[in-house]
Amino acid sequence: MNRRLTNRIAIGILWGAALLTVAVLGALLLYVFVNGIRVISPAFVFTWPHGVNAEGGIWPTIVATVYVTALAMLISSPVAVLAAVYLAEYAFQGRIVNTIRFAADSLASVPSIVMGLFGFALFVEAMGLGLSMISAALALSLLMLPIIMRATEEAIRAVPKYMRWGAYGLGATKWQVVRRTVLPAAAARIITGIVLAMGRAVGETAVVLYTMGQAVNLPITPADSGRPMTVHLYLLAVEGINLPAAFGTALLLIVMILGFNLSARWILRHNRRV
Amino acid sequence: MSPEETRSGTKTLQLVSRSTYVREWILQALFFACAFVFVLAVALIFVFVGWKALPIFTDYSFWKFISGTEWSASSQQFGILPLIVGSLIVTLGALALGTPLAVGTAVFLSDVASPRVRKFVRPAVELLAGIPSVVYGFFGIILLRAVVARFTGTLGFGAFTAWIVLAIMIVPTLAALSEDALLSIPEGIREASYAMGATQWQTIYKVVVPAAKIGIIDAIILGMGRAIGETMAVLMVVGNAPVFPKGIFAPLSTMTSQIVMDMPYAVGLHRTALFAMAAMLFVFSMLLVASVRLLSRLRD
Repeated sequence: MNRRLTNRIAIGILWGAALLTVAVLGALLLYVFVNGIRVISPAFVFTWPHGVNAEGGIWPTIVATVYVTALAMLISSPVAVLAAVYLAEYAFQGRIVNTIRFAADSLASVPSIVMGLFGFALFVEAMGLGLSMISAALALSLLMLPIIMRATEEAIRAVPKYMRWGAYGLGATKWQVVRRTVLPAAAARIITGIVLAMGRAVGETAVVLYTMGQAVNLPITPADSGRPMTVHLYLLAVEGINLPAAFGTALLLIVMILGFNLSARWILRHNRRV
Repeated sequence: MSPEETRSGTKTLQLVSRSTYVREWILQALFFACAFVFVLAVALIFVFVGWKALPIFTDYSFWKFISGTEWSASSQQFGILPLIVGSLIVTLGALALGTPLAVGTAVFLSDVASPRVRKFVRPAVELLAGIPSVVYGFFGIILLRAVVARFTGTLGFGAFTAWIVLAIMIVPTLAALSEDALLSIPEGIREASYAMGATQWQTIYKVVVPAAKIGIIDAIILGMGRAIGETMAVLMVVGNAPVFPKGIFAPLSTMTSQIVMDMPYAVGLHRTALFAMAAMLFVFSMLLVASVRLLSRLRD
Protein backbone atom coordinates (compact mmCIF):
# COMPACT_ATOMS: atom_id res chain seq x y z
CA MET A 1 0.00 0.00 0.00
CA ASN A 2 3.01 2.26 0.57
CA ARG A 3 3.60 2.23 -3.16
CA ARG A 4 0.11 3.43 -3.85
CA LEU A 5 0.42 6.22 -1.27
CA THR A 6 3.68 7.44 -2.82
CA ASN A 7 1.97 7.43 -6.20
CA ARG A 8 -0.94 9.46 -4.85
CA ILE A 9 1.34 12.05 -3.29
CA ALA A 10 3.60 12.36 -6.33
CA ILE A 11 0.69 12.78 -8.75
CA GLY A 12 -0.74 15.34 -6.35
CA ILE A 13 2.52 17.29 -6.47
CA LEU A 14 2.46 17.24 -10.29
CA TRP A 15 -1.09 18.63 -10.20
CA GLY A 16 0.18 21.26 -7.81
CA ALA A 17 3.00 22.29 -10.16
CA ALA A 18 0.64 22.69 -13.11
CA LEU A 19 -1.94 24.54 -11.05
CA LEU A 20 0.72 26.89 -9.68
CA THR A 21 1.90 27.70 -13.22
CA VAL A 22 -1.63 28.44 -14.37
CA ALA A 23 -2.41 30.35 -11.17
CA VAL A 24 0.60 32.62 -11.70
CA LEU A 25 -0.63 33.43 -15.21
CA GLY A 26 -4.12 34.07 -13.87
CA ALA A 27 -2.83 36.29 -11.05
CA LEU A 28 -0.62 38.33 -13.36
CA LEU A 29 -3.32 38.85 -15.97
CA LEU A 30 -5.94 39.63 -13.34
CA TYR A 31 -3.70 42.11 -11.53
CA VAL A 32 -2.86 44.01 -14.71
CA PHE A 33 -6.46 43.79 -15.95
CA VAL A 34 -8.10 45.06 -12.77
CA ASN A 35 -5.70 47.98 -12.46
CA GLY A 36 -5.51 48.73 -16.16
CA ILE A 37 -9.16 48.60 -17.20
CA ARG A 38 -9.92 51.68 -15.09
CA VAL A 39 -7.74 53.97 -17.20
CA ILE A 40 -8.52 52.53 -20.61
CA SER A 41 -10.81 54.85 -22.50
CA PRO A 42 -10.95 56.24 -26.02
CA ALA A 43 -9.19 59.33 -24.67
CA PHE A 44 -6.36 57.20 -23.23
CA VAL A 45 -5.85 55.34 -26.48
CA PHE A 46 -6.20 58.24 -28.91
CA THR A 47 -4.56 61.25 -27.24
CA TRP A 48 -0.95 62.29 -26.72
CA PRO A 49 0.93 62.09 -23.42
CA HIS A 50 1.77 65.54 -22.03
CA GLY A 51 3.32 67.18 -19.00
CA VAL A 52 6.06 65.90 -16.69
CA ASN A 53 3.95 63.00 -15.46
CA ALA A 54 2.94 61.81 -18.92
CA GLU A 55 -0.72 62.54 -18.33
CA GLY A 56 -3.13 61.92 -21.12
CA GLY A 57 -2.99 59.12 -23.60
CA ILE A 58 -0.45 56.91 -25.32
CA TRP A 59 -1.48 57.21 -28.97
CA PRO A 60 1.99 57.93 -30.47
CA THR A 61 3.48 54.90 -28.69
CA ILE A 62 0.80 52.60 -30.10
CA VAL A 63 1.45 53.94 -33.60
CA ALA A 64 5.21 53.47 -33.19
CA THR A 65 4.80 49.87 -32.02
CA VAL A 66 2.40 48.93 -34.81
CA TYR A 67 4.50 50.77 -37.40
CA VAL A 68 7.77 49.10 -36.49
CA THR A 69 6.21 45.65 -36.16
CA ALA A 70 4.58 45.88 -39.58
CA LEU A 71 7.81 47.13 -41.13
CA ALA A 72 9.85 44.35 -39.50
CA MET A 73 7.29 41.81 -40.73
CA LEU A 74 7.60 43.09 -44.31
CA ILE A 75 11.40 42.86 -44.14
CA SER A 76 11.76 39.51 -42.41
CA SER A 77 8.99 37.29 -43.75
CA PRO A 78 10.04 37.07 -47.43
CA VAL A 79 13.63 36.31 -46.46
CA ALA A 80 12.66 33.79 -43.79
CA VAL A 81 10.08 32.00 -45.95
CA LEU A 82 12.43 31.71 -48.94
CA ALA A 83 15.26 30.55 -46.67
CA ALA A 84 12.97 27.83 -45.33
CA VAL A 85 12.05 26.86 -48.91
CA TYR A 86 15.74 26.47 -49.64
CA LEU A 87 16.39 24.34 -46.54
CA ALA A 88 13.33 22.14 -46.94
CA GLU A 89 13.16 21.74 -50.72
CA TYR A 90 16.49 22.49 -52.36
CA ALA A 91 19.40 21.97 -49.99
CA PHE A 92 21.55 18.88 -49.78
CA GLN A 93 22.08 17.99 -46.15
CA GLY A 94 25.69 18.86 -45.55
CA ARG A 95 28.08 21.29 -44.02
CA ILE A 96 26.46 24.42 -45.50
CA VAL A 97 23.00 23.47 -44.26
CA ASN A 98 24.46 22.66 -40.86
CA THR A 99 26.10 26.07 -40.74
CA ILE A 100 22.84 27.80 -41.71
CA ARG A 101 20.92 25.90 -39.05
CA PHE A 102 23.51 26.72 -36.41
CA ALA A 103 23.31 30.38 -37.44
CA ALA A 104 19.51 30.29 -37.19
CA ASP A 105 19.64 28.72 -33.72
CA SER A 106 22.24 31.27 -32.60
CA LEU A 107 20.17 34.14 -33.97
CA ALA A 108 17.14 32.83 -32.07
CA SER A 109 19.06 32.86 -28.80
CA VAL A 110 20.89 36.18 -29.08
CA PRO A 111 20.03 38.12 -25.90
CA SER A 112 17.84 41.09 -26.82
CA ILE A 113 20.25 43.57 -25.24
CA VAL A 114 23.02 42.30 -27.52
CA MET A 115 20.72 42.71 -30.52
CA GLY A 116 19.94 46.23 -29.30
CA LEU A 117 23.60 47.24 -29.04
CA PHE A 118 24.34 45.61 -32.39
CA GLY A 119 21.46 47.48 -34.04
CA PHE A 120 22.75 50.68 -32.47
CA ALA A 121 26.32 50.10 -33.69
CA LEU A 122 25.39 48.99 -37.22
CA PHE A 123 22.09 50.55 -38.27
CA VAL A 124 22.02 53.69 -36.15
CA GLU A 125 25.69 54.69 -36.21
CA ALA A 126 27.64 52.92 -38.97
CA MET A 127 24.89 53.00 -41.60
CA GLY A 128 23.75 56.43 -40.50
CA LEU A 129 20.07 55.54 -40.29
CA GLY A 130 19.81 57.25 -36.91
CA LEU A 131 17.27 56.42 -34.21
CA SER A 132 14.43 55.55 -36.55
CA MET A 133 11.65 53.15 -37.43
CA ILE A 134 13.81 51.54 -40.12
CA SER A 135 16.74 50.90 -37.75
CA ALA A 136 14.40 49.33 -35.21
CA ALA A 137 12.59 47.31 -37.87
CA LEU A 138 15.88 45.93 -39.23
CA ALA A 139 17.04 44.90 -35.76
CA LEU A 140 13.64 43.38 -34.93
CA SER A 141 13.52 41.52 -38.23
CA LEU A 142 16.72 39.71 -37.24
CA LEU A 143 14.87 38.45 -34.16
CA MET A 144 11.84 37.42 -36.22
CA LEU A 145 13.80 35.59 -38.96
CA PRO A 146 14.49 32.34 -37.08
CA ILE A 147 10.95 32.13 -35.68
CA ILE A 148 9.33 32.48 -39.11
CA MET A 149 11.87 30.21 -40.75
CA ARG A 150 11.33 27.40 -38.25
CA ALA A 151 7.55 27.58 -38.62
CA THR A 152 7.78 27.65 -42.41
CA GLU A 153 10.20 24.76 -42.61
CA GLU A 154 8.01 22.60 -40.37
CA ALA A 155 4.99 23.52 -42.48
CA ILE A 156 6.76 22.64 -45.74
CA ARG A 157 8.02 19.34 -44.38
CA ALA A 158 4.49 18.45 -43.33
CA VAL A 159 3.24 18.71 -46.93
CA PRO A 160 2.87 15.09 -48.09
CA LYS A 161 5.29 13.83 -50.73
CA TYR A 162 2.53 12.57 -53.03
CA MET A 163 1.29 16.12 -53.61
CA ARG A 164 4.72 16.98 -55.02
CA TRP A 165 4.80 13.80 -57.09
CA GLY A 166 1.44 14.66 -58.58
CA ALA A 167 2.71 18.07 -59.66
CA TYR A 168 5.99 16.69 -61.01
CA GLY A 169 3.97 14.10 -62.88
CA LEU A 170 2.14 16.88 -64.70
CA GLY A 171 5.51 18.18 -65.88
CA ALA A 172 5.90 21.04 -63.42
CA THR A 173 9.36 22.42 -62.74
CA LYS A 174 10.67 22.56 -59.21
CA TRP A 175 9.70 26.21 -58.70
CA GLN A 176 6.23 25.56 -60.08
CA VAL A 177 5.81 22.69 -57.63
CA VAL A 178 6.94 24.87 -54.75
CA ARG A 179 4.83 27.89 -55.72
CA ARG A 180 1.62 26.19 -56.83
CA THR A 181 1.52 23.13 -54.60
CA VAL A 182 3.79 23.25 -51.59
CA LEU A 183 3.46 26.87 -50.47
CA PRO A 184 -0.38 27.06 -50.82
CA ALA A 185 -0.71 23.84 -48.83
CA ALA A 186 1.59 25.18 -46.11
CA ALA A 187 0.22 28.74 -46.17
CA ALA A 188 -1.89 28.62 -43.00
CA ARG A 189 1.00 27.40 -40.87
CA ILE A 190 3.41 29.90 -42.43
CA ILE A 191 1.05 32.79 -41.67
CA THR A 192 0.65 31.46 -38.13
CA GLY A 193 4.42 31.58 -37.73
CA ILE A 194 4.56 35.16 -39.02
CA VAL A 195 1.80 36.27 -36.66
CA LEU A 196 3.55 34.64 -33.68
CA ALA A 197 6.80 36.35 -34.61
CA MET A 198 4.97 39.69 -34.75
CA GLY A 199 3.63 39.05 -31.26
CA ARG A 200 7.20 38.54 -30.11
CA ALA A 201 8.32 41.77 -31.80
CA VAL A 202 5.57 43.81 -30.14
CA GLY A 203 6.90 42.79 -26.72
CA GLU A 204 10.57 43.55 -27.39
CA THR A 205 12.04 46.35 -25.30
CA ALA A 206 15.83 46.34 -25.21
CA VAL A 207 16.13 46.07 -29.00
CA VAL A 208 13.92 49.03 -29.80
CA LEU A 209 15.23 51.15 -26.93
CA TYR A 210 18.57 51.59 -28.71
CA THR A 211 17.35 51.64 -32.29
CA MET A 212 14.20 53.75 -32.08
CA GLY A 213 14.94 56.03 -29.17
CA GLN A 214 12.47 57.25 -26.58
CA ALA A 215 11.28 60.59 -27.90
CA VAL A 216 7.49 60.82 -27.93
CA ASN A 217 6.85 61.35 -31.61
CA LEU A 218 4.25 60.22 -34.12
CA PRO A 219 6.23 58.38 -36.82
CA ILE A 220 5.23 59.10 -40.42
CA THR A 221 8.22 58.09 -42.54
CA PRO A 222 10.58 55.17 -41.78
CA ALA A 223 13.28 57.72 -40.89
CA ASP A 224 11.27 59.11 -37.95
CA SER A 225 12.09 58.20 -34.38
CA GLY A 226 9.49 57.33 -31.80
CA ARG A 227 8.76 55.66 -28.49
CA PRO A 228 7.20 52.19 -28.55
CA MET A 229 4.71 51.00 -25.91
CA THR A 230 7.23 48.74 -24.17
CA VAL A 231 9.73 51.57 -23.66
CA HIS A 232 6.91 53.86 -22.48
CA LEU A 233 5.87 51.25 -19.93
CA TYR A 234 9.47 50.78 -18.79
CA LEU A 235 10.04 54.50 -18.29
CA LEU A 236 6.75 54.98 -16.45
CA ALA A 237 7.41 51.99 -14.19
CA VAL A 238 11.01 52.81 -13.33
CA GLU A 239 10.44 56.47 -12.73
CA GLY A 240 7.36 55.62 -10.68
CA ILE A 241 5.39 58.42 -12.27
CA ASN A 242 1.80 58.01 -13.37
CA LEU A 243 1.26 54.36 -12.44
CA PRO A 244 -2.32 54.29 -13.78
CA ALA A 245 -0.96 55.05 -17.25
CA ALA A 246 1.63 52.31 -16.78
CA PHE A 247 -1.10 49.81 -15.95
CA GLY A 248 -3.11 50.96 -18.95
CA THR A 249 -0.10 50.56 -21.24
CA ALA A 250 0.69 47.13 -19.81
CA LEU A 251 -2.89 46.01 -20.32
CA LEU A 252 -2.99 47.23 -23.92
CA LEU A 253 0.35 45.53 -24.58
CA ILE A 254 -0.88 42.22 -23.18
CA VAL A 255 -4.14 42.52 -25.11
CA MET A 256 -2.22 43.15 -28.33
CA ILE A 257 0.08 40.17 -27.81
CA LEU A 258 -2.75 37.88 -26.74
CA GLY A 259 -4.57 39.10 -29.85
CA PHE A 260 -1.65 38.07 -32.04
CA ASN A 261 -1.29 34.68 -30.34
CA LEU A 262 -5.00 33.90 -30.33
CA SER A 263 -5.45 34.91 -33.96
CA ALA A 264 -2.50 32.67 -34.85
CA ARG A 265 -4.34 29.77 -33.18
CA TRP A 266 -7.56 30.74 -34.94
CA ILE A 267 -5.90 30.86 -38.36
CA LEU A 268 -4.35 27.47 -37.77
CA ARG A 269 -7.59 25.88 -36.62
CA HIS A 270 -9.71 27.18 -39.48
CA ASN A 271 -7.40 27.07 -42.47
CA ARG A 272 -5.07 24.21 -41.76
CA ARG A 273 -4.51 21.93 -44.74
CA VAL A 274 -1.46 19.96 -43.68
CA MET B 1 14.23 15.64 -50.19
CA SER B 2 16.68 12.84 -50.86
CA PRO B 3 19.66 13.36 -53.21
CA GLU B 4 18.32 10.78 -55.69
CA GLU B 5 15.14 12.73 -56.27
CA THR B 6 16.96 15.99 -56.69
CA ARG B 7 19.38 14.43 -59.13
CA SER B 8 16.51 13.14 -61.25
CA GLY B 9 14.99 16.62 -60.94
CA THR B 10 18.11 18.07 -62.55
CA LYS B 11 17.78 15.56 -65.36
CA THR B 12 14.23 16.72 -66.13
CA LEU B 13 15.45 20.29 -66.13
CA GLN B 14 17.71 19.50 -69.07
CA LEU B 15 14.59 18.59 -71.03
CA VAL B 16 12.99 22.02 -70.54
CA SER B 17 13.79 25.15 -72.48
CA ARG B 18 16.93 27.08 -71.74
CA SER B 19 15.04 30.10 -70.34
CA THR B 20 13.14 27.92 -67.89
CA TYR B 21 16.37 26.26 -66.85
CA VAL B 22 18.03 29.63 -66.24
CA ARG B 23 15.01 30.91 -64.31
CA GLU B 24 14.99 27.85 -62.08
CA TRP B 25 18.69 28.27 -61.45
CA ILE B 26 18.34 31.97 -60.58
CA LEU B 27 15.50 31.24 -58.18
CA GLN B 28 17.49 28.56 -56.45
CA ALA B 29 20.39 31.00 -56.08
CA LEU B 30 17.98 33.57 -54.61
CA PHE B 31 16.68 31.07 -52.06
CA PHE B 32 20.21 30.15 -51.11
CA ALA B 33 21.01 33.85 -50.67
CA CYS B 34 18.03 34.19 -48.31
CA ALA B 35 19.22 31.22 -46.28
CA PHE B 36 22.69 32.68 -46.20
CA VAL B 37 21.30 35.88 -44.64
CA PHE B 38 21.21 33.94 -41.36
CA VAL B 39 24.92 33.19 -41.46
CA LEU B 40 25.63 36.74 -42.55
CA ALA B 41 23.56 38.19 -39.70
CA VAL B 42 25.39 36.17 -37.06
CA ALA B 43 28.74 37.10 -38.60
CA LEU B 44 27.75 40.78 -38.67
CA ILE B 45 26.72 40.73 -35.00
CA PHE B 46 30.00 39.08 -34.15
CA VAL B 47 32.07 41.53 -36.17
CA PHE B 48 30.29 44.72 -35.15
CA VAL B 49 29.93 44.05 -31.46
CA GLY B 50 33.46 42.64 -31.42
CA TRP B 51 34.85 45.64 -33.27
CA LYS B 52 33.29 48.04 -30.76
CA ALA B 53 34.59 45.88 -27.92
CA LEU B 54 38.11 45.43 -29.26
CA PRO B 55 39.77 48.42 -27.51
CA ILE B 56 39.19 46.63 -24.21
CA PHE B 57 42.30 44.59 -25.13
CA THR B 58 44.42 47.52 -26.26
CA ASP B 59 43.30 50.48 -24.12
CA TYR B 60 42.46 48.51 -20.98
CA SER B 61 43.42 44.97 -20.12
CA PHE B 62 41.20 41.96 -20.61
CA TRP B 63 42.40 40.40 -17.37
CA LYS B 64 41.65 43.58 -15.42
CA PHE B 65 38.27 43.67 -17.18
CA ILE B 66 37.10 40.21 -16.20
CA SER B 67 38.77 39.96 -12.80
CA GLY B 68 38.47 43.53 -11.55
CA THR B 69 36.09 44.05 -8.65
CA GLU B 70 35.37 47.72 -9.10
CA TRP B 71 32.96 49.12 -11.68
CA SER B 72 33.09 52.88 -11.63
CA ALA B 73 32.77 55.13 -14.65
CA SER B 74 34.01 58.20 -12.79
CA SER B 75 37.35 56.60 -11.90
CA GLN B 76 37.56 54.69 -15.20
CA GLN B 77 37.58 51.30 -13.47
CA PHE B 78 35.76 48.64 -15.41
CA GLY B 79 36.05 45.37 -13.51
CA ILE B 80 33.05 43.19 -14.25
CA LEU B 81 33.55 40.41 -11.72
CA PRO B 82 30.70 41.69 -9.51
CA LEU B 83 28.45 41.80 -12.58
CA ILE B 84 29.38 38.26 -13.64
CA VAL B 85 28.71 37.06 -10.10
CA GLY B 86 25.42 38.97 -10.12
CA SER B 87 24.37 37.37 -13.42
CA LEU B 88 25.28 33.91 -12.12
CA ILE B 89 23.45 34.37 -8.81
CA VAL B 90 20.31 35.59 -10.55
CA THR B 91 20.38 32.94 -13.30
CA LEU B 92 21.16 29.92 -11.14
CA GLY B 93 18.63 30.89 -8.48
CA ALA B 94 15.91 31.36 -11.07
CA LEU B 95 16.76 28.01 -12.66
CA ALA B 96 16.69 26.28 -9.26
CA LEU B 97 13.23 27.70 -8.60
CA GLY B 98 11.86 27.37 -12.12
CA THR B 99 13.13 23.98 -13.27
CA PRO B 100 11.19 21.75 -10.82
CA LEU B 101 8.02 23.71 -11.48
CA ALA B 102 8.48 23.59 -15.26
CA VAL B 103 9.40 19.90 -15.45
CA GLY B 104 6.53 19.10 -13.08
CA THR B 105 4.13 20.99 -15.33
CA ALA B 106 5.54 19.25 -18.41
CA VAL B 107 5.19 15.78 -16.87
CA PHE B 108 1.67 16.70 -15.77
CA LEU B 109 0.76 17.72 -19.32
CA SER B 110 2.32 14.68 -21.00
CA ASP B 111 1.41 11.92 -18.58
CA VAL B 112 -1.12 12.91 -15.93
CA ALA B 113 -3.63 15.36 -17.34
CA SER B 114 -6.80 14.18 -18.99
CA PRO B 115 -7.30 15.54 -22.53
CA ARG B 116 -9.80 18.07 -21.21
CA VAL B 117 -7.49 19.48 -18.54
CA ARG B 118 -4.62 19.46 -21.03
CA LYS B 119 -6.62 21.45 -23.53
CA PHE B 120 -6.93 24.17 -20.90
CA VAL B 121 -3.46 24.13 -19.30
CA ARG B 122 -1.32 23.83 -22.43
CA PRO B 123 -2.59 27.06 -24.11
CA ALA B 124 -2.28 28.85 -20.77
CA VAL B 125 1.39 27.87 -20.56
CA GLU B 126 1.96 28.97 -24.16
CA LEU B 127 0.29 32.33 -23.58
CA LEU B 128 2.42 32.87 -20.47
CA ALA B 129 5.46 32.48 -22.75
CA GLY B 130 4.22 35.33 -24.94
CA ILE B 131 3.97 37.98 -22.24
CA PRO B 132 6.82 40.48 -22.77
CA SER B 133 9.60 40.74 -20.23
CA VAL B 134 8.90 44.40 -19.51
CA VAL B 135 5.45 43.41 -18.22
CA TYR B 136 7.01 40.81 -15.90
CA GLY B 137 9.42 43.49 -14.74
CA PHE B 138 6.55 45.88 -14.15
CA PHE B 139 4.69 43.21 -12.18
CA GLY B 140 7.89 42.58 -10.22
CA ILE B 141 8.65 46.19 -9.37
CA ILE B 142 5.10 47.15 -8.43
CA LEU B 143 3.78 44.08 -6.64
CA LEU B 144 6.54 41.61 -5.75
CA ARG B 145 9.02 44.25 -4.67
CA ALA B 146 6.45 45.77 -2.33
CA VAL B 147 5.63 42.36 -0.82
CA VAL B 148 9.32 41.48 -0.34
CA ALA B 149 9.98 44.92 1.12
CA ARG B 150 7.22 44.51 3.69
CA PHE B 151 8.45 41.11 4.87
CA THR B 152 12.14 41.91 5.04
CA GLY B 153 12.23 45.60 5.94
CA THR B 154 14.47 46.33 2.96
CA LEU B 155 13.66 48.17 -0.24
CA GLY B 156 12.75 44.87 -1.87
CA PHE B 157 15.28 45.18 -4.67
CA GLY B 158 17.70 42.28 -4.97
CA ALA B 159 18.44 38.72 -5.99
CA PHE B 160 15.41 37.23 -4.25
CA THR B 161 12.88 39.35 -6.14
CA ALA B 162 14.76 38.74 -9.40
CA TRP B 163 14.69 34.97 -8.80
CA ILE B 164 10.93 34.92 -8.52
CA VAL B 165 10.34 37.18 -11.54
CA LEU B 166 12.81 35.28 -13.71
CA ALA B 167 11.54 31.89 -12.58
CA ILE B 168 8.00 32.89 -13.57
CA MET B 169 9.41 34.06 -16.91
CA ILE B 170 11.36 30.94 -17.84
CA VAL B 171 8.83 28.35 -16.66
CA PRO B 172 6.66 28.48 -19.82
CA THR B 173 9.63 28.11 -22.18
CA LEU B 174 11.14 25.33 -20.11
CA ALA B 175 7.81 23.55 -19.71
CA ALA B 176 6.97 23.66 -23.42
CA LEU B 177 10.39 22.31 -24.45
CA SER B 178 10.39 19.60 -21.75
CA GLU B 179 6.89 18.55 -22.79
CA ASP B 180 8.04 18.12 -26.39
CA ALA B 181 10.82 15.87 -25.13
CA LEU B 182 8.41 13.84 -22.99
CA LEU B 183 5.85 13.48 -25.77
CA SER B 184 8.51 12.12 -28.14
CA ILE B 185 8.94 9.08 -25.85
CA PRO B 186 7.08 6.19 -27.51
CA GLU B 187 3.86 5.11 -25.79
CA GLY B 188 5.06 1.50 -25.85
CA ILE B 189 7.73 2.21 -23.23
CA ARG B 190 5.07 3.46 -20.83
CA GLU B 191 2.83 0.48 -21.57
CA ALA B 192 5.68 -1.94 -20.90
CA SER B 193 6.26 -0.31 -17.53
CA TYR B 194 2.58 -0.50 -16.58
CA ALA B 195 2.51 -4.14 -17.70
CA MET B 196 5.26 -4.84 -15.16
CA GLY B 197 2.89 -3.61 -12.47
CA ALA B 198 4.53 -0.21 -11.94
CA THR B 199 2.40 2.63 -10.63
CA GLN B 200 2.03 5.81 -12.65
CA TRP B 201 4.63 7.62 -10.53
CA GLN B 202 7.12 4.75 -10.83
CA THR B 203 6.62 4.82 -14.59
CA ILE B 204 7.21 8.57 -14.67
CA TYR B 205 10.37 8.75 -12.63
CA LYS B 206 11.98 5.44 -13.53
CA VAL B 207 11.05 5.20 -17.21
CA VAL B 208 9.63 8.32 -18.85
CA VAL B 209 11.81 11.06 -17.36
CA PRO B 210 15.11 9.13 -17.76
CA ALA B 211 14.18 8.40 -21.40
CA ALA B 212 13.56 12.10 -22.04
CA LYS B 213 16.62 13.16 -20.05
CA ILE B 214 18.59 14.73 -22.87
CA GLY B 215 15.58 16.68 -24.16
CA ILE B 216 14.97 18.04 -20.66
CA ILE B 217 18.64 19.00 -20.29
CA ASP B 218 18.35 20.81 -23.65
CA ALA B 219 15.37 22.70 -22.28
CA ILE B 220 17.26 23.68 -19.13
CA ILE B 221 20.25 24.91 -21.16
CA LEU B 222 18.00 27.02 -23.38
CA GLY B 223 16.19 28.31 -20.29
CA MET B 224 19.56 29.26 -18.85
CA GLY B 225 20.38 31.18 -22.02
CA ARG B 226 17.10 33.00 -21.75
CA ALA B 227 17.69 33.81 -18.07
CA ILE B 228 21.26 35.07 -18.38
CA GLY B 229 20.40 37.26 -21.38
CA GLU B 230 17.20 38.59 -19.86
CA THR B 231 17.41 42.32 -19.50
CA MET B 232 14.31 44.37 -18.79
CA ALA B 233 12.66 42.23 -16.11
CA VAL B 234 15.93 41.80 -14.23
CA LEU B 235 16.91 45.44 -14.61
CA MET B 236 13.69 46.59 -12.97
CA VAL B 237 14.00 44.48 -9.80
CA VAL B 238 17.70 43.95 -8.95
CA GLY B 239 18.32 47.45 -7.59
CA ASN B 240 21.32 48.13 -9.83
CA ALA B 241 24.38 48.38 -7.61
CA PRO B 242 27.53 47.02 -9.30
CA VAL B 243 28.93 45.42 -6.15
CA PHE B 244 29.09 41.95 -4.64
CA PRO B 245 25.64 41.64 -3.01
CA LYS B 246 25.47 41.43 0.78
CA GLY B 247 22.75 38.80 0.85
CA ILE B 248 19.76 37.91 -1.27
CA PHE B 249 17.76 40.97 -0.28
CA ALA B 250 20.52 43.46 -1.13
CA PRO B 251 20.76 45.34 -4.43
CA LEU B 252 23.08 43.97 -7.10
CA SER B 253 23.71 44.35 -10.82
CA THR B 254 23.90 41.89 -13.67
CA MET B 255 25.82 42.26 -16.93
CA THR B 256 22.64 42.99 -18.88
CA SER B 257 21.19 45.46 -16.39
CA GLN B 258 24.47 47.38 -16.13
CA ILE B 259 24.54 47.83 -19.91
CA VAL B 260 21.11 49.46 -19.90
CA MET B 261 21.89 51.62 -16.86
CA ASP B 262 25.14 53.00 -18.30
CA MET B 263 24.43 53.15 -22.03
CA PRO B 264 22.72 56.59 -22.04
CA TYR B 265 25.83 58.42 -20.84
CA ALA B 266 28.70 56.05 -21.64
CA VAL B 267 31.47 57.34 -23.91
CA GLY B 268 34.95 56.19 -24.83
CA LEU B 269 36.37 53.36 -22.79
CA HIS B 270 33.18 53.10 -20.75
CA ARG B 271 31.14 52.34 -23.89
CA THR B 272 33.83 49.89 -25.02
CA ALA B 273 33.42 48.01 -21.74
CA LEU B 274 29.64 47.81 -22.28
CA PHE B 275 30.12 46.40 -25.78
CA ALA B 276 32.68 43.94 -24.42
CA MET B 277 30.05 42.65 -21.99
CA ALA B 278 27.57 42.33 -24.86
CA ALA B 279 30.18 40.38 -26.83
CA MET B 280 30.70 38.04 -23.88
CA LEU B 281 26.95 37.49 -23.57
CA PHE B 282 26.75 36.75 -27.29
CA VAL B 283 29.60 34.26 -27.21
CA PHE B 284 28.07 32.62 -24.14
CA SER B 285 24.68 32.24 -25.81
CA MET B 286 26.35 30.70 -28.88
CA LEU B 287 28.22 28.26 -26.64
CA LEU B 288 24.92 27.19 -25.09
CA VAL B 289 23.41 26.64 -28.56
CA ALA B 290 26.48 24.65 -29.61
CA SER B 291 26.24 22.45 -26.51
CA VAL B 292 22.57 21.74 -27.22
CA ARG B 293 23.50 20.66 -30.75
CA LEU B 294 26.30 18.50 -29.42
CA LEU B 295 23.91 16.85 -26.97
CA SER B 296 21.38 16.06 -29.68
CA ARG B 297 24.15 14.51 -31.76
CA LEU B 298 25.04 12.35 -28.76
CA ARG B 299 21.43 11.23 -28.50
CA ASP B 300 21.31 10.17 -32.14
